[in-house]
Amino acid sequence: MMQGLVQLAYIFATALFIFALHWMNTPQTARRGVYAGVAGMLVAVLVTWVQPEVIHHWWIVVPIIAGFVVGIPLAMVPLTAVPQRTALSHAFGGLAAGLVGTAKYYLWFSEGPENLTTFRMVAIILEILLGFLTFTGSLMAAGKLQEVKWIPQRAVTYPFQNLSNLGLFAIATVLGIALVLNPTAEWAPHLFPVIIALSLLFGVLLIIPIGGADMPTVIAILNSYAGLAAVAMGFVLDNKLLITAGALDGSSGLILAIIMCKAMNRSFTNVLFGAFGQVQQAKAGAEEKVYKSETIEGAAQVMEQSSLVVIIPGYGMAVAQAQHKVRELYDQLKKRGITVKFAIHPVAGRMPGHMNVLLAEADIPYTDLVEMDEINPDMPQCDVALVVGANDVVNPAARTDKTSPIYGMPIIDADKARTVFAIKRSKNPGFAGIDNELYFSDKTWMLFGDAKNVIGELVKQLSGGSGMH
Amino acid sequence: MSPHEAAAAAAPAADFWSQLFVFVLASFIGLGVIRRVSRLLHTPLMSITNAISAIAVVGSIIVAGSDFPREIRIMGAVALFASMTNIVSGFLITDRMLKMFKNPGKSGTPGAPGEGGHA
Repeated sequence: MMQGLVQLAYIFATALFIFALHWMNTPQTARRGVYAGVAGMLVAVLVTWVQPEVIHHWWIVVPIIAGFVVGIPLAMVPLTAVPQRTALSHAFGGLAAGLVGTAKYYLWFSEGPENLTTFRMVAIILEILLGFLTFTGSLMAAGKLQEVKWIPQRAVTYPFQNLSNLGLFAIATVLGIALVLNPTAEWAPHLFPVIIALSLLFGVLLIIPIGGADMPTVIAILNSYAGLAAVAMGFVLDNKLLITAGALDGSSGLILAIIMCKAMNRSFTNVLFGAFGQVQQAKAGAEEKVYKSETIEGAAQVMEQSSLVVIIPGYGMAVAQAQHKVRELYDQLKKRGITVKFAIHPVAGRMPGHMNVLLAEADIPYTDLVEMDEINPDMPQCDVALVVGANDVVNPAARTDKTSPIYGMPIIDADKARTVFAIKRSKNPGFAGIDNELYFSDKTWMLFGDAKNVIGELVKQLSGGSGMH
Repeated sequence: MSPHEAAAAAAPAADFWSQLFVFVLASFIGLGVIRRVSRLLHTPLMSITNAISAIAVVGSIIVAGSDFPREIRIMGAVALFASMTNIVSGFLITDRMLKMFKNPGKSGTPGAPGEGGHA
């Protein structure tokens, strides 16, 4: 009877979770999705808590309070830090899965070895492997995104890297199989921590060779792993709610990872084992190229004369905290009846969808945020393309230069606009470290300086009306 | 060990297949639903799925709160803390971000064209 009610409540929670994700399909209903998710979670927690075997209530109250104490500040981080926060929460998710798997194994080893069936053991091994790997891997990713000093930003490679990783993986697999076949052997509880240690090490080694530019994909993949770890936990505990919710998370991470890979024209294996960010430096500087720069006054005049302005933001805009100035520029141009659109490349930010959130925060209506595929056909009609802190996503080398590491990556066709203004802090290459020939094109004029200042000056120029001082 | 666990151990083969069944079906539902999520909302999507996958809280509550040896319960309590952190911060930050997506046009057409739903 009790079990029936519990299962019924779990089915109800599952349905709420599916609706939560379904309502995310448009911004109008998305907040409803959050409420559905919270309701589902509340049902699941309460129903589990009132189970008769749960008797140590303080052991539940205290961690829950601690979760609120840490969770609330984590939800208040600036939006530029959302990728780090997300990576951190993947780490927490992995840790939880790994710990529950470990706890269950030792519990059953001492109190009910008949529970350690082959199938359960496989699930436990997968759970701790995925869980602990996601834990350290996500911590590394969060560190790279937060630009922690002792974690290198660029890809770190060393000889026989893939080979030694593969070797390590083989060792872990052999140990795992040994444990699956002899879960109750005398040595088994001592082998278990070795597998945990290998998983932790593995997470670090997997992320070390991945450069900063690939972090959006990596976060999505880790998202998927965290979901799969929850699925494995569901198999271990025979809990279908865990299996379903984990599968939803796993498939979400997978889809986002695929989108990110497509946006960079790379494959999973290439992202994970390709050590991006190593090849490029060689070519740069072979010939002296000259930038043409333009004054703020000149740029403002050209913008005033145009009818379609496309702003192409990149992460550099967020680094310079220029979003709100961009919004003022948007207002100034709109006031003159100029159509202004934002062209959003899928990898413009540091995680999937990041740039949309950053611009939404600056009160830019989401209907003017246009995906790359939708804006590209309009680019030849565009009078001014304003590149703010973006680099690789507008680099025409992706179309033309077979030797470029970004060759084949879909880009926003800024070079097809009649005039291009590019704001750039310095003459250094971008996040991925690649030189950009768009900046040397005939129709491109550079506005050197801090994005926030440059756009602020543009706004001042435009709001000063026609009068030049 | 609890009576449910004994029951679960009694029929491991049947459980395995039904669990796998649930997993495969849930993955298909996930792929179908997520594919329709607006690209505008991929960051909030990731934070809400984070919060939802913190459903590991269910397992953690059982491990932390049952009458198990102390070391086992400590692991459960840490897992519970980690899951709870994800639930709280995941839902809160999702809502915080979604609030920023303003419906633009009181003057323009309601539910304006383009990025919204494809459904």
